[in-house]
Amino acid sequence: MAKIELKDVRKVYHGGVEAVKGVSLSVEDGAFVVLVGPSGCGKSTLLRMVAGLESISSGTIAIGDRVVNELEPAERDIAMVFQNYALYPHMTVRKNLEYGLKNRKMASGEIARRVDEAAKMLEIGALLDRRPGQLSGGQRQRVAMGRALVREPAAFLFDEPLSNLDAKLRVQMRAEIRRLQRRLKTTSLYVTHDQLEAMTLADTLVVLNAGRIEQAGSPMEVYERPASLFVATFIGSPAMNLLPLGAGGIAGLTAPDGLLSGAGPAKTLGIRPEHMRLADGEAPRPGEMRFDLTVTGVEVVGAESFVYGTLPEGGPEVAVRVAGYSHVEPGTRLAAAADPAYLHRFDRETGRRI
Amino acid sequence: MQKAVFPNRVLPYLLLAPQVAITIVFFYWPASQALYQSMLKEDPFGLKSKFVGLQNFTQVLGNPDYLNSVRVTVVFSVSTAVLAMALALFLATAAEKVVRGKGFYRTMLIWPYAVAPAVAGLLFLFMFNPSMGTFAYLLRDAGYRWNPLLDGDQAMLLVVVAAAWKQISYNFLFFVAALQSVPRSLIEAAAIDGASSTKRFWTIVFPLIAPTTFFLLVVNTVYAFFDTFGIIDAVTGGGPAQATQTLVYKVYNDGFVNLDLGGSAAQSVILMAIVIALTAIQFRYVEKRVHYA
Repeated sequence: MAKIELKDVRKVYHGGVEAVKGVSLSVEDGAFVVLVGPSGCGKSTLLRMVAGLESISSGTIAIGDRVVNELEPAERDIAMVFQNYALYPHMTVRKNLEYGLKNRKMASGEIARRVDEAAKMLEIGALLDRRPGQLSGGQRQRVAMGRALVREPAAFLFDEPLSNLDAKLRVQMRAEIRRLQRRLKTTSLYVTHDQLEAMTLADTLVVLNAGRIEQAGSPMEVYERPASLFVATFIGSPAMNLLPLGAGGIAGLTAPDGLLSGAGPAKTLGIRPEHMRLADGEAPRPGEMRFDLTVTGVEVVGAESFVYGTLPEGGPEVAVRVAGYSHVEPGTRLAAAADPAYLHRFDRETGRRI
Repeated sequence: MQKAVFPNRVLPYLLLAPQVAITIVFFYWPASQALYQSMLKEDPFGLKSKFVGLQNFTQVLGNPDYLNSVRVTVVFSVSTAVLAMALALFLATAAEKVVRGKGFYRTMLIWPYAVAPAVAGLLFLFMFNPSMGTFAYLLRDAGYRWNPLLDGDQAMLLVVVAAAWKQISYNFLFFVAALQSVPRSLIEAAAIDGASSTKRFWTIVFPLIAPTTFFLLVVNTVYAFFDTFGIIDAVTGGGPAQATQTLVYKVYNDGFVNLDLGGSAAQSVILMAIVIALTAIQFRYVEKRVHYA
């Protein structure tokens, strides 16, 4: 149980490539923090620096109250779950779980107790005498978790642990990881590129882009008030609709007075697909924005559909969420509406929220 | 393994033919000739020979020189294989840690393999010959009585080092490839699991490269048995007093120098049996303990 504190952490590789450009982050004791970002954003590098697998170019990392910059991975009291599980292929599952404890010269009674407990918790008791090669992907994932659990470390580090699993298992393991973490209350730092995984797991979501933190906050905070254009498009699927606001407003979009005024810096407006609805044949309601769309395609997900359409004069494409199954034909012109309360405004120059 | 099914009944045999032909011409034929030869006795002028059954074998096996040669071969082969593999593994792990000039370092280490055995032998002879070798001079200067022409143990040491030196490159190449195939994340996981780098090597890396080590063990043993003739011939000529006369060298010496063709053939038949047995044992017992990932 410990807090993880990163202060202005940087990573510069040989040749001057800066992978992490000054990240400060505080992970509270027992919190589940998810680092999410596109590939190459530095999230894995950051995690590996916490683990001690990468050197820290500048800044400090503290686990508990100890600065761990100069400590070996083994001395940091962390356990890590790797993307490819990194199970020792020549050892049985039991040996895999015991390895870290034996290296620490733990009494054999205590080792057996911890292994049994972890095996029970993860339901891998029947697999203890098998080798990793004889296990399915999901089982290996559990063993990898078990190896972290038995250590009873101050913090768990997860490096995209679910990305090698198929979709169904991934959802199942996601829930399980969450449940386990709630129960053990061990501080966890979790890296993923999957925004859905990030949203569902995190107490605190940290969105990284190009080596910097774009935004940190609770998942809903980040979703409802994205701090930048990057976050707005990265979190949410399909992505938020973006409408670059010109001097003469936006062609095909009618809005209440003053909403589209061009005063101040050049703006980009954003609105999520679920905050829009098809309003064909309806009379315009006062105070609502109306979009004049030409349908380009429909994506039927099952419980919902997304209707894609473009604004006139080569305007941007927007997505509209429709409950159930939508039968709209591509090429049809129709109207869509949205409540301005859900509108996001971004400074086009800096990308920041206004 | 997948079973292939050919529609044509002749084609599979046709495809196998070249391989089978080569094996017959270069192995079965000479081997059967040796077997036949080993039961003959030639007259001193090579004009006629007579069938003597197993007499050549009983003579060979009853000869103290031959038993000495067996002992020499065991010492020589084990030392050469162990030395060549241990040094190669050490160099390969060191090469993993090199950051700059990795390619250059590796290339330099692979070169000795391109040197012919007899030439390698000559190199060592020039370096360590008591009357003209640079290192021999240095050794004597340091007060060490170095004379492999008289001292059998020193002669053995010299041929072992020369034979191992030549094989290190080959082993190095395989060990480097094997080390590279050990996933980095395993080493990292072990580091987090609190294993020191020595411990990581022996508990994770070494078991994972065991298939390569096993393969090299077979190759090196066969090398030490058969391919070191050139080195021994150039460096010691089997001497002094047969101290470095391995079984292969004795086959050559008895057959081509002393012209005891029957005895020499009997020895080569025994040698063949030894190597077949050795390889079978290695595959049967050692391989069982090797984990193929």
